[in-house]
Amino acid sequence: MKTVSILLVGVGGQGTILASKILSDVALRQGYDVKMTEIHGMAQRGGSVVTQVRMGEKVHSPLIEPGQADYIVAFEQLEALRWLHFLSDEGTMIVNTQRINPMTVITGAAEYPADALEQIKANAPRVVELNALEIAKQLGNMRVVNVVLLGAMAKQMDIPKEDWLASLEATVPPRFLELNRQAFQAGYEA
Amino acid sequence: MTKALLTGNEAIARGAYEYGVSVASAYPGTPSTEILENIAKYREIRAQWSPNEKVALEVAVGASIAGARTLCAMKHVGVNVAADPLFTYTYTGVNGGLVLVSADDPGMHSSQNEQDNRNYARFAKIGLLEPSDSQEAKEMVGHALEISERFDTPVMLRTTTRISHSKSLVELKDPQERTLREYKKDARKYVAVPANAKVRTHIKHQLLEELKEFSETTELNRVEWGDKKIGVVTSGIAYQYVKEALPHASILKLGFTNPLPLKRIAAFAEQVEQLWVVEELDPVMEEQIRAAGITVHGGKDQLTRIGEYSPSLIRQAVLGATTTTKQPASAPIRPPVLCPGCPHRGVFYALRNNLKVVTGDIGCYTLGAMPPLDSLDTTICMGASIPAALGMEKARPDQAQNIVAVIGDSTFLHSGITGLIDMVYNKGTSTVMILDNRITAMTGHQHHAGTGQTLQGEPASEVDLVALCHAIGVKRVRVVDPGDLAALDQAIKEETAVREPSVIIARRPCALIVKQTEPRLRVNHDKCVGCRMCMRIGCPAISFADKKSSIDPALCVGCKLCQQVCKFGAIVPEEGQ
Ligand SMILES: Cc1ncc(C[n+]2csc(CCOP(=O)(O)OP(=O)(O)O)c2C)c(N)n1
Repeated sequence: MKTVSILLVGVGGQGTILASKILSDVALRQGYDVKMTEIHGMAQRGGSVVTQVRMGEKVHSPLIEPGQADYIVAFEQLEALRWLHFLSDEGTMIVNTQRINPMTVITGAAEYPADALEQIKANAPRVVELNALEIAKQLGNMRVVNVVLLGAMAKQMDIPKEDWLASLEATVPPRFLELNRQAFQAGYEA
Repeated sequence: MTKALLTGNEAIARGAYEYGVSVASAYPGTPSTEILENIAKYREIRAQWSPNEKVALEVAVGASIAGARTLCAMKHVGVNVAADPLFTYTYTGVNGGLVLVSADDPGMHSSQNEQDNRNYARFAKIGLLEPSDSQEAKEMVGHALEISERFDTPVMLRTTTRISHSKSLVELKDPQERTLREYKKDARKYVAVPANAKVRTHIKHQLLEELKEFSETTELNRVEWGDKKIGVVTSGIAYQYVKEALPHASILKLGFTNPLPLKRIAAFAEQVEQLWVVEELDPVMEEQIRAAGITVHGGKDQLTRIGEYSPSLIRQAVLGATTTTKQPASAPIRPPVLCPGCPHRGVFYALRNNLKVVTGDIGCYTLGAMPPLDSLDTTICMGASIPAALGMEKARPDQAQNIVAVIGDSTFLHSGITGLIDMVYNKGTSTVMILDNRITAMTGHQHHAGTGQTLQGEPASEVDLVALCHAIGVKRVRVVDPGDLAALDQAIKEETAVREPSVIIARRPCALIVKQTEPRLRVNHDKCVGCRMCMRIGCPAISFADKKSSIDPALCVGCKLCQQVCKFGAIVPEEGQ
């Protein structure tokens, strides 16, 4: 099996870390070797965050390089644009259309690229876009954006749905499980 | 056999548990922090945060002399602080094994420099282990402890961010028995006075020779034969990159890198056409290999000394293969920011309004250097703020009333106290602000000697900062709430005006450790005139569009700082909460 490389990119506080936990748990259930690397020193401070997950028979480097990602799950448009060049020639970009202004935009030092989504569509081989924030709001909890996005990603990947649900169950606290199942399903169907 | 997906840090903690560590100490610092946080979960181990790395290592030394297997962890710059006990504990030698974990940060993901601490192992003449994944990180704790006890020396286990914060599979084993070695008073060994040290230095160098022999034979160093055109000597995470970049090359994979197994390297070099040395940062191995007269085909002349490596970087250097030319799109950067409700925000806003020269320190409050607050003049290392203010005043006495030092509570206890003593003793008159958010926030909210709780969750006494400053000889010490801008402004004006040293303790807990009870705020657009005053506090919850400010209710925690700067009463509590 060829090693599959997945980037999860977003903004500190969006829950990329939980998503990557579930993702690597799913990979282990397939019997794959897994490596995951995360730069999270600034996670709570609203900076860009990125998690790299690689799975396959034997994975050496935990790093994903430009042009190598089979999937990018972007929790925010601008972050999708920032990491776009990491996508491989056959890669799939799953992008949450939510926008979060960085401080550089808030202070007026920079502008949020109005055409971010167009640029992504023009350059990514495949794009799945969804408004995960809206879906999460409809489910009554904005914090499940991450699991909605995982659902959307699961749809694209060659891994049985039951395994995803089992990983969800193993990772999420029981009292939030039902909500997260719904979020996953909503993302899967989006 | 159970396997778990662990970070390097979690694996090191597991290693401490499995290989009989009884005492562990540290001061937090990215990327090392989670080692002790995870060790703390094992009730069999007495784990603690010390106020700084020097103290942490000295506690570890004491525990080791008393016969316990001991682990001490810190980030790379922490070893600078701990260097003094380290260098002399190599003379006395150990009783229970002592492993010092140094977590380096090539690429400076969260550090002020990218020093290569393998140099410390050479400098201190101690054994050095470099894991290349989590499994090795765990096992090397055991090897390090054994080597430490067998060769009577502290041993360094050196990781880098990509080891510390990457997850890979680890086999879990049952812990071995936790026993103490016998303690016998042995002053000639442990009292490092010249007469004793002169004897110990011979023993130390003899043991170092034996350690060299060990390096030549240990299985921690191994050859993976492949094609003999290219042979690579490598260690740590670079090994993984080499495996990926050059799957057919022969590799001499070194897990034990000080002292280097130069005979084995020479024998390996004989067998291959081109010898490459692939190591991140400094040419620590390469220089020794060249000095031994071994021909190196490629090393730092082809590969950078700066930042992290990657497979493509290695492929490019060794094979001349060009990698994809995909260019990044232009996207505005997203720097980390002070959180909504952060008590540091008001301090920097007030300082900026008073146009002070601000010597800064390290912590979340270093983010006060970013626009729009933009109010730090210097940041060097932990504890430097107060002495730097004093030095500025010595150089420019006429500016004394314009200089303020800011330092966090954890940093003050780490290495700020001696600076304050110096300021008082040497007649400085600047103002020191201790930003007391009741926690070590930057590294993920660790307790410290001022918070009233230990690492393993026991209640503890709290350092009384006011009494401490008085005891040092500061007469003017006042506590203000940094959530109250007027009070802050007044305190800064008054304390900088006086011609004596003064301390303002800005006390309010970090917004992430208190439950939000205040109502969220919103902007009344009928009253908002679009003056952008509220944008000057740099709160990520506030944005500006169509000539009006807005507050994101998902981010606002109701700290009321924006309300205090709004001159038009346009910011009001949200109704119905
Ligand atoms: C010698 C050294 N040890 C550790 C660190 C990592 N580190 C940076 S700031 C900091 C402490 C910050 O705590 P505090 O001073 O209370 O400020 P806060 O982040 O809470 O605002 C630590 C541990 C470092 N940079 N240098």
